[in-house]
Amino acid sequence: MEFPEGLKYSKEHEWVLVEGTSATIGITEFAQEELGDIVFVELPEVGEKIVKDDPFGAVESVKAVSDIYAPVSGEVLETNEILPDNPETINDDPYGDGWMVRVELSDIDDLKDLMDADEYAEYVAQQKEDDDEEDEDEDEDDDEEEEDEKDDDDK
Amino acid sequence: MALKRTPLYDAHRRAGAKMVEFAGWEMPVQYRGVIKEHLAVRGKAGLFDVSHMGEIEVRGAGALEFCQRLTANDVARLQIFQAQYNFLLNPQGGVIDDVIIYRVKPEAYFICVNASNIDKDFAWLASHATADVEVENQSAMYAQLALQGPAAEAILQLLTAQPLAALKSFHFAFADVAAIRCMVARTGYTGEAGFELYCHGDAAEGLWNGLMQAGEPHGLVAVGLGARDTLRLEKAYPLYGHELDDMTTPLEAGLDWVVKLAKPEFFGRDILLRQKQRGVARKLVGLEALAPGIPRAEYGVFKDGVKVGAVTSGTKSPSLDKSIALAYVESGAAALDNRLDVEIRGRMIPVKIVSLPFYRR
Repeated sequence: MEFPEGLKYSKEHEWVLVEGTSATIGITEFAQEELGDIVFVELPEVGEKIVKDDPFGAVESVKAVSDIYAPVSGEVLETNEILPDNPETINDDPYGDGWMVRVELSDIDDLKDLMDADEYAEYVAQQKEDDDEEDEDEDEDDDEEEEDEKDDDDK
Repeated sequence: MALKRTPLYDAHRRAGAKMVEFAGWEMPVQYRGVIKEHLAVRGKAGLFDVSHMGEIEVRGAGALEFCQRLTANDVARLQIFQAQYNFLLNPQGGVIDDVIIYRVKPEAYFICVNASNIDKDFAWLASHATADVEVENQSAMYAQLALQGPAAEAILQLLTAQPLAALKSFHFAFADVAAIRCMVARTGYTGEAGFELYCHGDAAEGLWNGLMQAGEPHGLVAVGLGARDTLRLEKAYPLYGHELDDMTTPLEAGLDWVVKLAKPEFFGRDILLRQKQRGVARKLVGLEALAPGIPRAEYGVFKDGVKVGAVTSGTKSPSLDKSIALAYVESGAAALDNRLDVEIRGRMIPVKIVSLPFYRR
């Protein structure tokens, strides 16, 4: 899995490329892999203000909707116009042609909360490890599980 | 609370499946991607592990009468080795579950039920059993695989001496497949030709591997629950908990063909008869989005700004490349070609009522 150097990363799995006072934002390779086939992207309009840690758009897989959280605050300068018709570009090239928006940073200090590539790689590894530990916990419980409650739907 | 696992759990992990929680089970949602898997089933063939589904057996001299009273379709029409789509209804005409009933012997029926409803169905059936009927929950014993797609028959025929061309829709046979004893039914939930295979859980991995090895040269791929959902939705097959529930009648869901009101007596009959005469207040309809956006379950449906219903299932259809949805709307707004709106994250997206199914071969 790739974690390009020179990008900043958020805990919600967005990447940020800073050039002067503008920041280009997309979602990471890990995020697109977790989502699966992306079939729809909702982006803000140019001129809209996005607010750090608030949702500024959404990506949808066949199965579900996921909010995209703003890693920084700022005014939208540009959105990626190929995404509405070609949302799968995010799966194919999350760090390149799959970029989502470019914003004018409103507070350069927002960047301090983001991770660098090494920190993010470690963060992702930790998340994967947590998943595996959950699996192991379940293995231990296997003998006890009998007739559990069921949720509402299925076929 | 630990999730349940099917006998194929390890095989799915080895095959690189992404596992998710579903109705209390840890199930594969996808292996190589929902869209790829969906298109493989439409074009060639797919193999699904649906062992989470339940199996309840009803036996005894009173079995037919019992099934007739507890269900909406006419079970008396079933010959041995024939199967039928049916509903368990509550006294209010609401759907306890949608099921397939297989007549396995003159006085024995095998009912395939939804995973989420196994305990509820079994409790309901057992509580109404008469002295001449035995009801048994065999869900833990059986595994179920679904082999679906235009190449399904050719693939399955490689592994069994049972002549499959002679097996008609909604018929089944007991046969050896890859030397494993199975109940082989020509049924499915994808809209494609195909089979559902029931076997003992201990034999499931052998059956899965046998089918995959024989089928791979013919384009067979493993398919997860993600594509199972998009395939059934394109065909407008209902999913329990979405289009059907205890508060919804089969007539509201447009499944009148399943309900045999001429049967003398069954749970919910009086209410369904009245509903049939007076008409239903809301109807299940198909929606196609006319602008970008995907209607999803529970999103509101509006006519001229007034809420007239809600979406029950929605997706981007991989076969049609359009956003499609099923929704309950007030009968007054449910006419074909009607223009409505669905509220998607605060925005009104125009939709049109279209005929069902969305996808035809």
